[in-house]
Amino acid sequence: MNSFWIILFHTYINKLKTKSFIITTLLTVLIVLALTNLNNIIDIFDKDGGKENIAVLDETGQLYEPFKKQVKLINKDIKLSPFEGSVDNAEKAVEEGRYQGIVLLAMNEENLPLATYKAMSIADSSMFTDLNTSLQQVKTMLAASQIQLTAAQLEKLYEPVSFEKIALEKNAKTEEELNQARGLVYVLLFIIYFSVIMYANMIAMEVATEKSSRVMEILISSVSPIKQMFAKIVGIGLLSLTQLAVFLSVGYFSFKQNMESLKEGFMGVYGFGDIPFETILYAVIFFILGYFLYATLAAFLGSLVSRIEDVQQMITPMTLLVVAGFMIAMFGLGKPDASFITVTSFIPFFTPMIMFLRVGMLTIPIWEALIGIGILVATITILAIFGARVYRGGVLMYGQSNSFKDIKKALQLTKKE
Amino acid sequence: MVLKLEHVTKKFGDFTAVDDLSLEIPDKEMFGFLGANGAGKTTTFRMILGLLDASGGKITWDGKPIDYSTSHLVGYLPEERGLYPKLKVRDQIVYLARLRGMQKAKALTELKLWLDRFKIPEYENKKVEELSKGNQQKIQFIAAVVHKPKLLILDEPFSGLDPVNVEMLKEAVLSLKENGATIVFSSHRMEHVEEMCEHLCILQKGSPVVHGSLKEIKRSFGKKNLVIHADFSLDSLKSYPGVVKSKTTMEGIHLQIEGEYIAEKILKEIVNQGFIRKFSLEEPSLNDIFIEKVGDSYE
Repeated sequence: MNSFWIILFHTYINKLKTKSFIITTLLTVLIVLALTNLNNIIDIFDKDGGKENIAVLDETGQLYEPFKKQVKLINKDIKLSPFEGSVDNAEKAVEEGRYQGIVLLAMNEENLPLATYKAMSIADSSMFTDLNTSLQQVKTMLAASQIQLTAAQLEKLYEPVSFEKIALEKNAKTEEELNQARGLVYVLLFIIYFSVIMYANMIAMEVATEKSSRVMEILISSVSPIKQMFAKIVGIGLLSLTQLAVFLSVGYFSFKQNMESLKEGFMGVYGFGDIPFETILYAVIFFILGYFLYATLAAFLGSLVSRIEDVQQMITPMTLLVVAGFMIAMFGLGKPDASFITVTSFIPFFTPMIMFLRVGMLTIPIWEALIGIGILVATITILAIFGARVYRGGVLMYGQSNSFKDIKKALQLTKKE
Repeated sequence: MVLKLEHVTKKFGDFTAVDDLSLEIPDKEMFGFLGANGAGKTTTFRMILGLLDASGGKITWDGKPIDYSTSHLVGYLPEERGLYPKLKVRDQIVYLARLRGMQKAKALTELKLWLDRFKIPEYENKKVEELSKGNQQKIQFIAAVVHKPKLLILDEPFSGLDPVNVEMLKEAVLSLKENGATIVFSSHRMEHVEEMCEHLCILQKGSPVVHGSLKEIKRSFGKKNLVIHADFSLDSLKSYPGVVKSKTTMEGIHLQIEGEYIAEKILKEIVNQGFIRKFSLEEPSLNDIFIEKVGDSYE
């Protein structure tokens, strides 16, 4: 077998077998499963403890029924029951834990509702808000009937205004589509961001480990450093694809299983109902290109250090580039057509995330995406040629080396003159 | 399969690491490289292996430069020892052997033979980091020779080993030579080179100061060592004409003299002065030659 493939599979299989890789993969699979089964999980916890028991002490005798009706509309999980007895008794019942809280209903001098809520703690603000809103509705109805508005007049008063957004550009995404795209792009951006950081780190560590354990000198006397570098990059790339394939297939099947319940939930809003094939294709392209860009960078940075402790320091500037790209992309989610975003999408170190954001969110001409990809590929090629030369010298360099001056030294080592 | 270095020079910026080095290493011979730290031994090896490009000159083996197409014929033990600490001995050797173009099954049989030979068969499935330094070095040696190289380059193969292991490794190196490998090795230890090499080269600051076969080097050096143990004071001999160097010891005196004829004169001079316990004329050791050529700064 060609030595390129021997190194590739050696890297791949050895990394695949490491405990940390298996644990991260399993943990992420669990998270994916949890996310896609969110509705079921919430149901399990809500089976018994979900209902909140609230006692209502209605002094007026006429507010309880309309109040209960309103509460039911707003939140099905709040269970109201009338309480017969004194306020003291009711408070005792709360203290004993039979009720979550009590609502005292009364009328003020204008014949409008007046209420007090008592509970052991008032930390649960969402329930209080629900109760408050319900009572507000009751009050509005009462007040309206006092000034003799008809139901039809009342409805008119509360009717929402009609206000529509329309994009004039042909094929522009509708508001709904934009929302969907945003969710999908957001998730894919995260995947690109994390993978690039994680796997680029892995490569730098791998190279530095071989250097610091001094096995490098044997390796480069058997196989050319350039071949080694690319075998390693492709090997780890294969690893990342394996991991992604596991996540995606687990996510996809789990998602299919829970399709019905999820479509109604937040996932539907965020565009997971039907995923456009184009977006996925671009995601894969930009994922792979982004990986190669940063992996090459990481490999030659890793070749410059001689101790593993120095790796982080060396690749920090690179990590910052990734973070910057991600930040800009996050900003761009809200304003994808800003000229700032357009410009940065052509800067190769940001292209994988920002150009992807643009193709995912906007309808940009295909040549723009292709130019971005072209610049990216050209940068990767230049970086690979330059990186390979640095790598070749860098792996022979030992000693105090954690500055960028070493790039020059490494290049000098490979020079003939 | 002669390894030839012709006017090889290597410069790092303004610094000249190897300066106009010309050597010829005959096939199936053992060649010793001597030199102080920083003399350019490792740089020379790296150039021979093609890891570094020479700034000038030519290196050929069997008329062709050494590159990755011949890597399965070449074995290399670097000065800085290193293996994958987390990998098992077996996986390690198989991986490195495969990179040198060996089949997996063959590498495994070869590995077993070597482990038995070094009396450490139980380490096959241990991780390298669990082994002692000496044993790691044996594994490293196996990694360099497992694919039966025709050209073996050993950078300080015996450093850091106890005498028993040095003997074991020496025997292994000699048996490789008998099997037809050309071996180039460097050492700080003169006695190893003296004992094992037919040809040698002493490097100083990148240029060869002595170069040739061991016998010739000794012969052409001319000077001899004279050891005299006697009951009377020999201090007067220190300034005797023809004595280059002298060192008083507990039992007598060690002299370095310009030639055999001086010994004859000295013997005549002292024979009547009293009882002479020992009078011995010795070949110069490589150590003497080294110190003479490279200077006393070296220890």
